[in-house]
Amino acid sequence: MRFSGFKVIKEALMGHKGWGPQWRNPEPKPHYDIIIIGGGGHGLATAYYLAKEFGQKNIAVLEKGWIGGGNVGRNTTIIRSNYLLDGNEPFYEFSLKLWEGLEQDFNYNAMVSQRGILNLVHSDGQRDAFIRRGNGMILNGADAEYLTAEQIRAECPFLNFDDARFPIKGGLAQRRGGTVRHDAVAWGYARGADQHGVDIIQNCEVTGLRIENGVCKGVETSRGFIGANKVGSCVAGSSSRIMAHANIRLPIESHVLQAFVSEGLKPVIPGVITFGAGHFYVSQSDKGGLVFGGDLDGYNTYAQRGNLPTVEDVCESGMAIMPMIGRARLLRMWGGVMDMSMDGSPIIDKTHIDGLYFNGGWCYGGFKATPASGWCYAHLLAKDEPHEVATAYRLDRFQRGHLIDEKGMGAQPNLH
Amino acid sequence: MIINHPILGPRDAAEFTYLGDASLLNRPDWQAKDAAEQFYEYLYLRDNVAGVHRELWYHEQGDRSWLLVTRNTLTHEISKVELASDVARAGGNSK
Repeated sequence: MRFSGFKVIKEALMGHKGWGPQWRNPEPKPHYDIIIIGGGGHGLATAYYLAKEFGQKNIAVLEKGWIGGGNVGRNTTIIRSNYLLDGNEPFYEFSLKLWEGLEQDFNYNAMVSQRGILNLVHSDGQRDAFIRRGNGMILNGADAEYLTAEQIRAECPFLNFDDARFPIKGGLAQRRGGTVRHDAVAWGYARGADQHGVDIIQNCEVTGLRIENGVCKGVETSRGFIGANKVGSCVAGSSSRIMAHANIRLPIESHVLQAFVSEGLKPVIPGVITFGAGHFYVSQSDKGGLVFGGDLDGYNTYAQRGNLPTVEDVCESGMAIMPMIGRARLLRMWGGVMDMSMDGSPIIDKTHIDGLYFNGGWCYGGFKATPASGWCYAHLLAKDEPHEVATAYRLDRFQRGHLIDEKGMGAQPNLH
Repeated sequence: MIINHPILGPRDAAEFTYLGDASLLNRPDWQAKDAAEQFYEYLYLRDNVAGVHRELWYHEQGDRSWLLVTRNTLTHEISKVELASDVARAGGNSK
């Protein structure tokens, strides 16, 4: 079934009896060519592109819970490609280009909205650094634009421009950035993958990896053993737990990141705005809620909830740049578990075990990377070589000293 | 979270800075034959357990002591707090 305006009108006249489930609920087969562990955005995108772009058949996605219940439904829905380093920027620009064509590609309304992202600047040094980053983006084919305080004042008059401690001196804008409805990304990819024959198996927890003589033969699950020629882990947040089944220690710590939604308001914020002096980013959903977040809580955790000091810190940062939100009430808050890597950048690579592949370490930038992560991981799984924009995301780069440390924080995951 | 400081009593976790896994106390021998490999593992690789985790917290806005906190990463429950210096000495480190 394809979605179209014609179909909507037809169903309206027929009493909406023609809509069916968006994907099947199959029993697991005893053996697959490729198994993806993790039915989040990245895992579903991987399966979708494997089937659609790389001609693979006989693929399964194993999901412990349900589709859309993990980090793909727990983020702040921002898409952008405003990175500095050569290892990162081409990858994220590839991702942004895929976002731009995604809805037509998988025939699903993901509400991709290129409303722009604006990173505020509060000091001369920060201005220089952001202009440099903008130049790096332009060199890699992305768009970037430096705005003066006057230009920003015309677009966002509500910001706290003349704060004594952190005055707004300008900002780096990426007009093609924006937001996407995150749940629809999971559903769209799941539906698209299913239509190409991928088995999406929910409520199927991987409890072990069967490895014989250095070759991965399949996975032990809560629904029995499932054999596979290739197994790809794609469970950012819980990567260490899956890879521990193969006795692989990762350069990753799991941390919780909280996100928040206010009550619904009339349209007040035009795009995505980030605070350059603290850590705060905000956009307004189409329903009117302000969607915002800030720093990690900062300690290792697998609990999908955080603590109050971080809530206070995030809200204080918000008040510092846009005092008008002080009257809005906080409606909901939640936490998601992040794979925080040792250099703040992700990993898409083979492991030393034949047939076992790894995708993780997305820190808290995984959502915007969903299409490119899926595409590049599918490329790796299908061809056994990395996609050209993901060649830097090697698992052994820490040992070789080829880190991609965008923030220059060193091996301290809670600071990336 | 409240961390029960062995000297100062219960303190808010917000007074502390978090470093990470307590295995960072066990710095490898720099003269070992495989020192490069050991330091790579020491610096970058983590067990990252889901469950009982031994970790280092620094009482930055207090007495500036390093604590070794045993905490469950699934529930945030803290079961034990020790001075990191005591643990290091007991493990054979000189300081």
